[in-house]
Amino acid sequence: MSPTYYLLLSALLFAIGAVGVLVRRNAIVVFMCIELMLNAVNLTLVTFSRINGQLDGQVMAFFVMVVAAAEVVVGLAIIMSIFRTRRTASVDDANLLKY
Amino acid sequence: MNAPLNVLVAAAETTSELPHVGPATGMASLAWLLFVLPAAGALVLFVAGRAANKWGHWLGVLTVVASFALGLAIFLETVGLPAEERTREISLFDWIAVAGLHVDFGLRLDPLSLTFVLLITGVGSLIHIYSTGYMGHDPGRRRFFAQLNLFVAAMLVLVLGNNFVMLYLGWEGVGLASYLLIGFYQDRPSAATAAKKAFLMNRVGDVGLAIAIFLLWTNLGTVQYTEVFENIGTLDAGVLIAITVLLLLGACGKSGQFPLQAWLPDAMEGPTPVSALIHAATMVTAGVYLIARTHPIYDLTTTGRLVVALVGVVTLLIGAIIGCAYDDIKKVLAYSTVSQIGYMFLAVGLGPAGYALGIFHLLTHGFFKAGLFLGAGSVMHAMNDDVDMRRYGGLARYMPITFITFGLGYLALIGFPFLSGYFSKDAIIEAAFAEPGWQGWAFGGAATLAAGLTAFYMTRLVLMTFFGEKRWEKLKSADGRDYHPHESPISMTAPMIVLALGSIGAGFLLSNGHVLIDWLAPSLGELEEHAAGGALPHEIVPWIVVGFSALGVLIALLVVGGRPTPVERPEPVSLPVRAARRDLYANAINEALIARPGVWLSRALVYVDNRGVDGVVNGTAAMLGGSSGRLRRLQTGFVRSYALSMLGGTVLVVAALLAVRFA
Amino acid sequence: MLLLILLVLPLVGALVVAPLKNNAATAKLVALAFALASLVLTAVTWFSYSIAEGAPRFQLELSVPWIPAFGTSFALGVDGIALVMLALIAVLVPIVMGFSWEEKLPEGRTAAGFFSLLLATQGLLVGVFAATDVFLFYVFFEAMLVPMYFMIGRFGGPRRQYAAVKFFLYSLFGGLIMLASVIGLYVVSGAELGQATFTWVELQRMAASVDETTQIWLFIGFFVAFAIKAPLVPFHTWLPDAGAEAPVGAGVLLVGVLDKVGTFGFLRYCLPLFPLASQRLAPLVLTLAVIGILYGALLAVGQSDMKRFVSYTSIAHFGFIALGIFAFSSQAFAGATLYMVNHGISTGMLFIVVGLVIARGGSRLIADYGGVHKVAPLLAGTFLVAGLSSLALPGTNSFISEFLVLVGSYPRQPVYTILATVGIIFAALYVLWVYQRTMQGPLRGSAVLGALEPAGGPGAMIDPDVAAKKAGTGFPDLSGREIAVLTPLIVLVLVLGFFPGPVLDVITPSVMATLHEVGLPDPVGGLSQ
Repeated sequence: MSPTYYLLLSALLFAIGAVGVLVRRNAIVVFMCIELMLNAVNLTLVTFSRINGQLDGQVMAFFVMVVAAAEVVVGLAIIMSIFRTRRTASVDDANLLKY
Repeated sequence: MNAPLNVLVAAAETTSELPHVGPATGMASLAWLLFVLPAAGALVLFVAGRAANKWGHWLGVLTVVASFALGLAIFLETVGLPAEERTREISLFDWIAVAGLHVDFGLRLDPLSLTFVLLITGVGSLIHIYSTGYMGHDPGRRRFFAQLNLFVAAMLVLVLGNNFVMLYLGWEGVGLASYLLIGFYQDRPSAATAAKKAFLMNRVGDVGLAIAIFLLWTNLGTVQYTEVFENIGTLDAGVLIAITVLLLLGACGKSGQFPLQAWLPDAMEGPTPVSALIHAATMVTAGVYLIARTHPIYDLTTTGRLVVALVGVVTLLIGAIIGCAYDDIKKVLAYSTVSQIGYMFLAVGLGPAGYALGIFHLLTHGFFKAGLFLGAGSVMHAMNDDVDMRRYGGLARYMPITFITFGLGYLALIGFPFLSGYFSKDAIIEAAFAEPGWQGWAFGGAATLAAGLTAFYMTRLVLMTFFGEKRWEKLKSADGRDYHPHESPISMTAPMIVLALGSIGAGFLLSNGHVLIDWLAPSLGELEEHAAGGALPHEIVPWIVVGFSALGVLIALLVVGGRPTPVERPEPVSLPVRAARRDLYANAINEALIARPGVWLSRALVYVDNRGVDGVVNGTAAMLGGSSGRLRRLQTGFVRSYALSMLGGTVLVVAALLAVRFA
Repeated sequence: MLLLILLVLPLVGALVVAPLKNNAATAKLVALAFALASLVLTAVTWFSYSIAEGAPRFQLELSVPWIPAFGTSFALGVDGIALVMLALIAVLVPIVMGFSWEEKLPEGRTAAGFFSLLLATQGLLVGVFAATDVFLFYVFFEAMLVPMYFMIGRFGGPRRQYAAVKFFLYSLFGGLIMLASVIGLYVVSGAELGQATFTWVELQRMAASVDETTQIWLFIGFFVAFAIKAPLVPFHTWLPDAGAEAPVGAGVLLVGVLDKVGTFGFLRYCLPLFPLASQRLAPLVLTLAVIGILYGALLAVGQSDMKRFVSYTSIAHFGFIALGIFAFSSQAFAGATLYMVNHGISTGMLFIVVGLVIARGGSRLIADYGGVHKVAPLLAGTFLVAGLSSLALPGTNSFISEFLVLVGSYPRQPVYTILATVGIIFAALYVLWVYQRTMQGPLRGSAVLGALEPAGGPGAMIDPDVAAKKAGTGFPDLSGREIAVLTPLIVLVLVLGFFPGPVLDVITPSVMATLHEVGLPDPVGGLSQ
């Protein structure tokens, strides 16, 4: 099976994730879309690792996973606390940090 | 440092014979004490503060008298030397030394400087003594003597220095002393203004002197008199004229000559002993000293000398004309001083035929004018410090000593035969008439006319003060007291008597057998005898001058003595009198051309600086602030719009990368 | 080593003093002790410096590699020009401390903070003058802004925030442009010398071979920074604000020493490192200098605020210094260098006296004073001495420097020199006029009368705001402490006026070396090519 399909799949996943971040308001969903994009990138990394016969890409993928895990911890905590104070999870309502 | 590099020590060619300069030995090696003594006196009086209030004035007198004694000793020692060894120098220390520039803190003892030393310390001592009486009850007595001592020290530095920078030190030093003393009565706004005016107009002159020094340095690489005079012949005519005119500007500032004469009458705001010492006998004659001292430069340029003589002639006329119109006794004397210094400038402007005559008149003038001022001070002392002669009258009987000494000074000033002014002024007018061409007629004629005017205004002054009706009997002074004229104490009359003796005898003693002229010859060169071909032969000049003076006296007797003097100034007066009362509009011109535009300019610039220059700076800051205020509106707070712009940015970057790659 | 101690000692002092917030008396004594120790050390430095013929240009050198990758080293060393500046700082700081001893500080500020900042400024200024590595110089040049910023911003007058920010931004702006030039110089040195370096001596060695266009660009970077710091017209507008709002003690250091970094920079960096550019652009700088002399003087005449007045007189004086530096002769250089010292003394004194007047009257406006000589004759007398020194009366220190600048400039630049000489008339005008308005005449003005009248007294002519603040406090003459602060300055004014020899001897070899580095002969006397 040609690796190109994996690359196409990851591009597709990344695009879905990007569109999701842009169009969805619910912070949780936005968050999940970001995770989707990260994992699309992971898939690309692993694919290239396979194509080039080197392990670097896989190592990078592990790094990304660790970062994503850390991000989830912090990000979900922030979303939770915003929801507690403002009773909403919409990113459009969390707009205090502006000019 | 390196030895001075005289770039232009080419074959030195000077017309006048320069004296040999030797080292100072004997008494002369103590010459530095001459100015250190009064300077130390001034310092002690300033620093000791109130502790010195009781004895301060005596310290002041003591230091100046000691300085006079030392000056006399050096003078006598110098007289004992052969003429060619009388010019000596002492170098005390290197004052300013950078690379090739060497300014010596050094003294030059020669007949010219010693003459001035005796005049300054001699008249200075007399006036210090006089001041112990005159200022006896003034709360600022200690300060007064400190400043007077400072003046004597600075004036001695001026005449003793052996280079132009030392001269400049003394020059501005006397300016400072004069500033302090004119403004001595600091409570009076008029005194403060007059002091400031004197300092500023002097500074205008000082700029000229300073630029002349720069020119000498640029062209000769030195500022020492000896080296400058040796090499001055190597300069071309243009530079020489520039130097002489600039030096003259300095001299005009200090000596109250046209066009910088307006400060001197205002300077009469100072206590009268100050007017006598600084603004009559010594400081204001510094300009004459400067020109005489730098005569090797003036020797080389007739144009430069002509300018000096013209300035002198214009000033002696201005002074004499304005002197006729004033009612303030000190201002009349002040304008008389302006006029008499004009004579001295005329004399030194005549070149080798007149340098010594200028100094001669300077000395005799020092005696009689100081005497006249002290007399005026004595009168004011008796008249509750009032200076308006219209309130005087008939004082001769109440203050006989003042009257007699003042009268002798008066006669000397108007050139009464065989008193001192007769010899000195007459010699100048003779020399002026001896000039060839139009200059002889113009200079001599103007000087003669001014002699007549001098006789008129001085006679008017004496008549209004000492003779006639006792106008003060019915009046009260400004502070509401009655007038009780009385003779002044001995400390005041004694100096007046000494100066009066000088007014009688100095002229004859100094001119008899060319004593002074021969004595000064090593410094000023031999006096050139009158060449034939002048405007008028010198035999008939004295008759003409005495005739004009007699005419002046006669007119004054008829006009002033012949009818009662009104106490109030007659107001609607003829145009010339009105002009003279307003100083021939000198102050108005200064005001309109310099003072008022200057203030406007200053105010305008303050506005420009605050609004314009600083406005640009603050405007830039405001613009940055304003535009960032607008730009920050882009931060809407909608996370998704941020995400969109990030996406857009990424797409742009990728597109750019691809475009570069495949282009 | 001596220089390192001289640099570190005040900084240590600043750290020691800063925590003593609750004990003002101890803090002040400790700070003064550090300042006096610095003074002693500076005296030792002064006498260790050799002025013998053939003595090296930089002495007491110390060099430690700092960031070898960039070719920077922590290099210190002094020549005559830097040494006199170090001496000036060492003398002024204890005097400023003495003056600030009883200064009323704004709410919530402590003497410990102020004295600590004074010491910090002192240490960093020593670094600026003693650095012989261009990068190190740059670091100190920027760092010294910080304590001065806090002194103005925390301890100053009513508009202190505005003035402090303006001062900081202006200086930073110049500093950043200079940074570009510093880096450019580093790059050029890589091409010229094969090994890029920041060492001043190395950079000077290559100066002659750099082409003129490059020199001009690099020169401009340094010049803008120094012209702002000096300040030359038209970069001057921060000074009146900073000078007026700064507490008097900081103002003395600001105008007396910190601004001299600009003129010092011209002489140490612009001229030797960019000789061709300096000569090419000299007419421009001279024009700015002469404009500064006349413009500053005219503005000083028109000021109504005493502290702004002092600032504007300084702008005029800086014009003289710049004139001397860009006239290229030993005499003018020596005059300009001496002028930096003398200006620190005389303007420092003027600032202090003005500060004393303001402390008594509670107003900065000239119009609020009059006839002070009647109630405080000593104060009026010292005001006059400071003023006379400011107008360069012969016999005072400033005359020597002004004379040297003018006499040294004339041979090469007669027109500019004549215009500058006219400036001395204005100098007399602005000094004497302010003296007349504030000190002479009858007692008058809200501040004076307000201070003398008992509270609620007859005050028809008195501005009620001013009067209410000072009512009945009296207008005392100088106290013992104030006399002690002013006496050393007066002594310096007179002694340097008659015996400038020792200082000139230190300066002369270095300025002659500078002239040699510019590559020009003395127009009259002195160096020949």
